[in-house]
Formats: sequence, structure tokens, C-alpha cells
Amino acid sequence: MMEKIFSRPESLRDTATHYCSGCGHGIAHRLIAEVVDELGIREKTIGVAPVGCAVVAYDYWNFDCSEAAHGRALAVATGIKRVRPDNIVFTYQGDGDLAAIGTAETIHAANRGENLTTIFINNAIYGMTGGQMAPTTLLGQKTSTSIEGRVKEKHGYPLKISELLAPLSGVYYIERVSFHSPGEVLKAKHAIKQAFENQMNNLGFSLVEILSPCPTYWEKNPREALDWIKLVMQKEFPLGRIK
Amino acid sequence: MPNKRILISGNEAIAQGALQAGCNFYAGYPITPQNELIAYMARHMVESGGVFIQAESELAAINMAYGAASAGARSMTSSSSPGISLKQEGISYIAGAQLPVVIVNIMRGGPGLGNIAPAQSDYFQATRGGGHGDYHQIVLAPESVQEAYDLTQIAFDLADKYRIPVMILGDGILGQMMEPVQLSTEQIKKNPQKVWALAGCKGRKPNIIKSFFMREGELEEFNIILQRKYDAIRKKEPRYEDWFLSDAKIILVAYGTMARIAKGAISRLRGAGKRIGLIRPIFLWPFPRAPFNLNNKKIKYLVVEMSAGQMVEDVRLAVSGRNPVEFIGRSGGGIPSEEEIINKIKRML
Repeated sequence: MMEKIFSRPESLRDTATHYCSGCGHGIAHRLIAEVVDELGIREKTIGVAPVGCAVVAYDYWNFDCSEAAHGRALAVATGIKRVRPDNIVFTYQGDGDLAAIGTAETIHAANRGENLTTIFINNAIYGMTGGQMAPTTLLGQKTSTSIEGRVKEKHGYPLKISELLAPLSGVYYIERVSFHSPGEVLKAKHAIKQAFENQMNNLGFSLVEILSPCPTYWEKNPREALDWIKLVMQKEFPLGRIK
Repeated sequence: MPNKRILISGNEAIAQGALQAGCNFYAGYPITPQNELIAYMARHMVESGGVFIQAESELAAINMAYGAASAGARSMTSSSSPGISLKQEGISYIAGAQLPVVIVNIMRGGPGLGNIAPAQSDYFQATRGGGHGDYHQIVLAPESVQEAYDLTQIAFDLADKYRIPVMILGDGILGQMMEPVQLSTEQIKKNPQKVWALAGCKGRKPNIIKSFFMREGELEEFNIILQRKYDAIRKKEPRYEDWFLSDAKIILVAYGTMARIAKGAISRLRGAGKRIGLIRPIFLWPFPRAPFNLNNKKIKYLVVEMSAGQMVEDVRLAVSGRNPVEFIGRSGGGIPSEEEIINKIKRML
């Protein structure tokens, strides 16, 4: 008899996603689903989806989910988790959501030490709205709102929100990972699992920042996008355990 | 529970009413003149085993209330005018996601930072939507500390019954003044079971709380469902109080604190033999239109507000041109006095 060794996780619905070719969201969704399955927590997990490309993440995950207004995911998750401390609550947020419009919610949820897990997709761009400059856009990176490239004198610098959060006493765990190679994807999965396990062990706020490709608005093919993370993006956003 | 009558401020009465209604989640942010409410919740929510959070902003507070409601809690937030403006984004999402949340606005003078004097100038914002989109919230307007206590409990039931945001709309006087309150002798209400709430999908399909409908025609279909719900509330719920409508030549229309002052003026005028009546809307949305359907063209209405004239528009819609509608009001913290009302009525008689 043949043994089945690879299949769709139960936490992932049997649905095609709307994401572009080479986008990192599909990988991130799947890793979360695998981790939720492996930890046996699908029936008590509550996800909070952002505003951004992943706005309909609840159509892809097979567990309870809430939408949150742009930037408010960690406030919504705080309300859910405080009411249901026995459930596992996580937010899934992009760079605009978590590090621009939702900066206050992010910092204060982290500083309160909310026992939550945050998966932070950093692709250095606003994808859903068509490729505008994000708080994490690199210096020199061209976007539809920084057409000559991000210039420090006009636009300031890429915001390293993970490093900003790390000194807060309420923060237990922060790690930056990347999707630029299969090996890095495996490391990303380990970090995501760690962040969920931390919540199960009531250890406080955990965040995994993922450097994730957006070939469409980086104007690269999928392979070039992965190389750009490897050769350029991770110099600005170094990988590894931040806290 | 023994029969208990206590002296308490309006802000505290709303908090106590919420606890009596089984409110088990509150998030707020300090702002005058509603600070007694957040302090009361901080002290007593812990005793009752619920959750109290002082949020980093009004935006965070309303979104925490959204999250708690989506997880099935009896959820409340409170603020005063400038803070309520900040909450409008969240209220629109709460309406769109059909969540039960009670929101308290103890109004102060505006626009902008305004002042901290009592006012009724957020009527438009409360009754017209306030945030973006085709939605309504139920708006309740207590005139006394007792009624603030009672209506807050009703607010939670209405919120759960219709899965809708419900606003308690008071002003700085109501929030700050102390009056005796007869406390409920009933058990604290149990939070009703909510099959739609997020609790983990054990033994069922996943629940999703959202207000996003991208498929063609989907949002229009959803908005029609919302409008049907609003029609059902309009037919069933709007409450009001009336005085002397049977023989009144002039009917005063006022709500909340302003209705208390209007009642003082009416008592004095009735004492002098003047046939003056009162309609006091208790629901501001849906606005009670029925009492204005009086088949007497000689009746005149006088709307009195602590604003430059906002509810007067609903009165004109309800009267539909059948009778004259006049207005007096003061804005920016000014409060029309009994004498100002009486002088205006004497000119109208």
C-alpha cells in the first residue's frame, strides 16, 4: 500500500487563491495552515485578516476568522483574545497595515504583552492598491508614489518595525525570515511554529516578519524577485532572531 | 437582591447599567466629560470578572470592542464628541459586520476640540450614520440618571437582538449630575449564546466576521438585507414620551437634558393656563414619527435643542409640512433656559 506523505493541510481550503504568480502570500498561508494542523489547534484558532492583498485570507483558511479595518488587526485580536483566552488568536498583516496606518495598534498591543501571534508580510510595497511606497520600501526603490526611487530627504527611511518593537518588555519573540529559497521557507515555518507555540505557552507577544516577494509591483519575474530579496532586501532587513 | 436606591452620576449609572446587562468587555480612552464612566468600569469590571482595557486611542478602543463582540462578548466603549468622531471608522465596520456593540457618547461642544460644556451637537453624526456607507445605529437618549441606567440595559438587548451598534447619546450634564437610581433587583443578565460568533470551529464550519463583499452584486444584496433590518426596527421600536398632546396648541419637542428644561417651562406655562404639550423622543434613530401625526392644522411645534438645530430636521420630516415648526437653540455649550423657552412660546401664541 502506498503511504500518502504530502497533502493539503486541513486548515487550508480547497480553493484557488487570487494571488499573482510568484507572490509570497500563498506560501505564508500554507505555512500557517501546516503549523495549525501540526499543533492540533485548528478548532480553537481564530485568525484576523488585514486590509491589503490578503484581505480575503479567510476564504483560504479553514478556521474561524475576522476581518479587521486597515491597521486595526491587533486591536481586534486583543478584543478576541481577552474574551477567549483559551483560543489561539493570530493576526496576518502587511507592511502598510502593520507599520504605517496601524503603527499605534502594533506598538501598544506588543507593549501590553498581549498573548498573540502576528505574521507580518514585508514586501516593501502596497500591493492591493497598485504598487505605492510602503513604510518598508527601500531607498532607491521605485514605486508609483516614489517614481524616482525612495529618497531619504523626501520620504525618510525604510521603517524597521521589528527592531523598533524588540526593546519593549511585553514582546517575547521576534524573528525575521525570508521566502527567497526553499531552505529559507523551511526556516520561516519553524519561526511561525515557534510563534504559535509561544502563545500556547502563554509567553506573550510573538511576531514573525517575512520578507516576501511581490514580482508584480517590483516589476520582476518571480525568480528575479527572489534574487532581489536575497541580494538587496535582506541587506536592509537582516534575517534572524531579533528577540 | 435587596431593594436598593443609590445616589449616582449619569456616567456611573450607564456603567452600572452595562454591568447589570452582563457587559463583559469594555475598552475606553479618557476624555472629559465621560471620565467617571471609564473609571467606574475599571473598578467594577474586575470585580464582575469581565475585561477592562484602557486603549491607546479611540480607534483602538472601538476596534477592541469590535473584536470582543465578534468573539461573542457583550461589548461596550464610551467617549465624548471628539473621541466619538475617531470611533466612526469602527462603527461603520461594526454595522457592516453586523456586530452588537454599545457605544456611549456623552456630548460636549464642538466642532473641533470645542469645549467641555454640555451640548447636543452630535445628533446628525449619531442619527445619520457618522461613518461611511449605508448604515444606521440605534440611538437612545436618556433624560435622567435613572433612565440612563435603564436604557443602557435595553441597549445591550437591542444590540444582540438586531446585531447592530447601539449608541447611548447623553450630554455633559447628564453624565455629570447625580440623581437617585433604583437599581434592578433582577439577576445580572446572562450573555445570550451566539452561534455566529468566533469561538473556534469545533464541530461546525468556520465562522467569518466581515464587511467585505467583492463579488458583483453581493454588497447590494447585503445592503438590502441591512435596510430590511432597519425597516423592522423602525416599525417596532421607536419610543417616546408625550405630555398633554390632547389639548396642546404648541408642542415642544426636545430630548435628553433639554427635555428636562422643557418640562420645567411647560409646568410653569400650564400653571398659567397655557395649553402647551411635549414630545420627547427617547429613540433618536429610528425617530418616532407617529406622535407627529396629529390631525390638527392649528398646532405649532417648537423644537428646542442645545445645538444650532439638528433634530429639528427630523421633526420637519415627521410633520411633513402639515404644521409650522419653529426652533430655538444654543450652541457651543449654551443651554436654552426655561425663560428663553417661555418667551419664545409667548411670541408664538
